[in-house]
Amino acid sequence: MKAEMEVLQPGLFSSIQDLGRFGFQKYGVPQSGVMDRYAMRIGNLLLGNLQEASVMEMTFQGPQLKFNSPTRICITGADLSPQLNNEPVENFEPIQVKEGDELKFGRRKRGFRSYLAIEGGFDTGEVMGSQSWYEGITSEFRLKKGMRLAYSAEQVSEIDTHSSIRIDMDYLEDGEIEVYPGPEFELLPQTHRTRLFNADFGIEDSSNRMAVQLKETLQNELEPITTGPVLPGTIQLTPSGKMIILMRDCQTTGGYPRILQLSETGIQALAQKMPGERISLKNINYTHNGAK
Amino acid sequence: MAENPKISPLGDRGILIKFDEKVGEDLLHKLLFYKEIIQNAESKQKLEVTNTYDSLLISYVFTIEDVYGEVSRLEQLISGANITKKTNYKTFSIPVCYDPEFGLDLEHISEENNLSLKQIIELHTAPEYLIYFTGFLPGFLYLGGLDEKLKISRKNTPRKSVEKGAVGIGENQTGIYPKSSPGGWQIIGRSPVELFDKNKAIPSPFSAGDKIKFFSVSKDEFYEIEEDMKSGNYSLKFEKHEG
Repeated sequence: MKAEMEVLQPGLFSSIQDLGRFGFQKYGVPQSGVMDRYAMRIGNLLLGNLQEASVMEMTFQGPQLKFNSPTRICITGADLSPQLNNEPVENFEPIQVKEGDELKFGRRKRGFRSYLAIEGGFDTGEVMGSQSWYEGITSEFRLKKGMRLAYSAEQVSEIDTHSSIRIDMDYLEDGEIEVYPGPEFELLPQTHRTRLFNADFGIEDSSNRMAVQLKETLQNELEPITTGPVLPGTIQLTPSGKMIILMRDCQTTGGYPRILQLSETGIQALAQKMPGERISLKNINYTHNGAK
Repeated sequence: MAENPKISPLGDRGILIKFDEKVGEDLLHKLLFYKEIIQNAESKQKLEVTNTYDSLLISYVFTIEDVYGEVSRLEQLISGANITKKTNYKTFSIPVCYDPEFGLDLEHISEENNLSLKQIIELHTAPEYLIYFTGFLPGFLYLGGLDEKLKISRKNTPRKSVEKGAVGIGENQTGIYPKSSPGGWQIIGRSPVELFDKNKAIPSPFSAGDKIKFFSVSKDEFYEIEEDMKSGNYSLKFEKHEG
């Protein structure tokens, strides 16, 4: 029998993700991949998986899942009050699952996106070298009731790394987002530059895996740029003053000035912020010993 | 004078190389030349090099360990390279049906630019358009070479949905929508050609530096090609050119 989990309830928005799709940007295909790489990595490490094994990304309201084969799982990222067979279970700890067990989630306690890592990873098929779901590229792009998701039934040799993994959970609530100056930062007047790093900004309801929009605007007279490359983490400034922070499912090119660029730490912290929450931007510099 | 090109980090997983030169075929060939050099030199790293009109982006799968080391390696690579040859390219022939049923804005362009329908088709099918890069949507080609006489503003209110295959003009650009999507370009026709097939190992036959020539087909021919396309019996015609 194939090891599968059945989706009893899909939750708000859940999808299968890995590091993302690489080598296809030249065709205009977005990278996709987990919004919070840190949470994915920790979950996989705690299970002894490869760090980039695919996981389920669950937004705000988790799904209800039924396992047909024994395995081990680990839930990381946001705390959405996970329960196994109606008993609360801990985040950031490997959990043994038996055949017929049911996993569900309750009230959100902190963070916005939770991750379900599973022993050996999901086995839901690759498109263009990645398991990451994206509308138009993979046949599914969000969890639906009744879906059956295959997972590896192989046991991973137990690796005793638990004690050495330091788990940081502060970023789930920390509203300070690290940014570098972007290619068009210098075009902003000094008053704007100062304001960017001294004000705080609210997250729009329309935010999703493609982009996080900020509520406050920055009136400006910047000209559009010759369409150029963008990446997840690029902050674009539109002529109407909107600031659009591109996230994992973003397009590969854009024509708005790129005023700032989030660090990876900044992207994962922002991935854990809810619409309505407030953030501030912290200017950091590139260092000689790695990006940060 | 500003550095040319300017090489700078774009976050922890990208390095941007921007050329301060006039956008055009010469700069594109330069970009494609450097792109190949970087790809070959860095083949052991997990990265992808893409180009736009005036920039190269090197995007890394993982966080770059030593950003400054990487930037200076790229500086050396680029300053040490002499452009020796132009790259080979293909010219594709793309069928377009300019019937008013598909060309929703033909009448508008005809009035605004004072051109007959026949003239619009002649002007649009005459040039060989240069493919600069793919962006915006999977399979959406950024083309250069539109005739000045066809230049027209985008629609004031974008359409909520433009049909897959729609051929449009926005300012001095022309292009084909690879799938149905919202869009603000003036629509002049529709192509039955599949621009992006996610099920193929190489999802699109077009590369930056290739060229495209449109040819006009009737509605009957359009539907015939569309059928053949679906059953896999239509192959795009192209000519190869040595650079």
